[in-house]
Amino acid sequence: MIWNETIECMDREEMRKLQSLRLKRVVEHAYHNSPFYRKKMQEMGITPDDVQTIDDITKLPFTVKQDLRDNYPFGLMAVPMSEIVRLHASSGTTGKPIVVGYTRKDLGIWAEVVARCLTAYGLTRNDSVQVSYGYGMFTGGLGAHCGVENIGGTVIPMSSGNTQKQIQLMHDFGAKGLACTPSYALYLAETIHQSGIPLEEFQLRVGAFGAEPWTENMRKELEAKLNIKAYDIYGLTEICGPGVGGECECQNGTHLWEDHFFPEIVDPKTLRPVEPGQVGELVFTTLTKEGMPMLRYRTRDLTSLTYEKCACGRTAVRMGRILGRSDDMLIIRGVNVFPSQVESVILELPEFEAHYLIVVDRVNNTDTFQIQVEVRQEYYSDEINKMIALKKKIASRMQSVIGLQPDIKIVEPRSIERSMGKAKHVIDKRKLV
Amino acid sequence: MLIKQLSIFLENKKGRFTEVAKILGEAGVNMSAFTVAENSDFGILRLIVSDTEKAISVLREKLYAVSVADVVCLHCPNQPGALAKAMDIITSAGIFIEYMYAFSQGDAANVIIRPDDINKCAEVLKANKLELIAASDLYKL
Repeated sequence: MIWNETIECMDREEMRKLQSLRLKRVVEHAYHNSPFYRKKMQEMGITPDDVQTIDDITKLPFTVKQDLRDNYPFGLMAVPMSEIVRLHASSGTTGKPIVVGYTRKDLGIWAEVVARCLTAYGLTRNDSVQVSYGYGMFTGGLGAHCGVENIGGTVIPMSSGNTQKQIQLMHDFGAKGLACTPSYALYLAETIHQSGIPLEEFQLRVGAFGAEPWTENMRKELEAKLNIKAYDIYGLTEICGPGVGGECECQNGTHLWEDHFFPEIVDPKTLRPVEPGQVGELVFTTLTKEGMPMLRYRTRDLTSLTYEKCACGRTAVRMGRILGRSDDMLIIRGVNVFPSQVESVILELPEFEAHYLIVVDRVNNTDTFQIQVEVRQEYYSDEINKMIALKKKIASRMQSVIGLQPDIKIVEPRSIERSMGKAKHVIDKRKLV
Repeated sequence: MLIKQLSIFLENKKGRFTEVAKILGEAGVNMSAFTVAENSDFGILRLIVSDTEKAISVLREKLYAVSVADVVCLHCPNQPGALAKAMDIITSAGIFIEYMYAFSQGDAANVIIRPDDINKCAEVLKANKLELIAASDLYKL
């Protein structure tokens, strides 16, 4: 099933025309209404007149996550705040989140693109969908929510957590779709098996999983354990939230809704476009966003694009699996974690040495997040309670900065490897690729 | 009457205590008493040795986290009620005990105590005619 056939199956030449038109419009909007982008463009000596077709996009400046932090909270809004009807935010370094704002029209487009994804997964107005992404500042919950409403389905707005209740309602309400992170879906699957309720009593057929990278193996496991088809939903807060793209029934790449979010793949070092089909960093330009337009936003996700027509009939460009990051960001239980955040907490606490090691693993389908730290000689206590208090102190500080509680392991002095070159701060044992 | 006790932070890993014992043995340092307090991922080895300064220096050289705390060692008869009597005196004086450990030899028992107020603890025990062992004596035991 296709939600918006005109767009999703549009002739590629037509799509380029539409993209050219919209790019001109968004560049003008950004130039005239966003002091940030006007300054950036002036520094590069370009004006909106330099952008005539979509090919001219390479003339435009890039935007990076730091730009969002530097302009916290509302510096990148390109409309008066009276036009902003919703804010979302995600965690960032130094505890300052990045903030995005949506106009009413932006929210409409968001609901449109999520509707395209859900329809591609085979969900209709006759189906109920349990939204088990977190609701709140995180875009996952409300993004999926609006999409389900848009297709006329029934939303079960569970949010995350409370796993027993999740299973009970999923069972009793006959949810056909489940939207959550793939790792939480695996946890739900296991809890269902432990509950003893026969899988046949559930109506679940479709999983819309995203917000963290996952693999074909996880897909197979989820499909077998929940007796569903598991589909990727891709998105990022800076661009829109979930729904920037989604898989179709072919499960052969994630269709990106390029009439709203124009994708490029660039070499993360030279920032020049790569050859078609090559792996590089994914960059998005929002073609229709009013509230907070983004020009050439560097996602740091490494992937490739294919423009071949899909067997499902869609011509919309497809993105391969996310193969990694061009920076050191980790995604742990759906939360973005930068080693620099961990470092900033350690450096501000005098009790700890500056050396640390982050160990990430996946045990029973849940990410584990351990930080090994060394205590400075004078702070080692002969009392267990004081050592535990030190652990708690750093763990709660990490929680408030990162938004995720790590398991703190105090190790013996100088047992963390000292490196002569670039220190190795992360061991990621998860097998994702 | 105060005794220097060493505390060594050890990760819960195979062979850690063995290594400490070896280092002290090779340095000619004898252990008079020790105890281990542990939780799920680390332990704290508390010990009283014949040569505190030497022990600290050889252990720190091997990068161990070593700290020093003052404790008292109560010498009392190894018989029912003896410890209760001493404890009652300490508690009645409003002194809180962080931790303690003990060993007995024939008719006598030695109780190593780490109170929150060590000077007051030593005073009340002496005032009540209880015997505290001097460091030099303990090392000879």
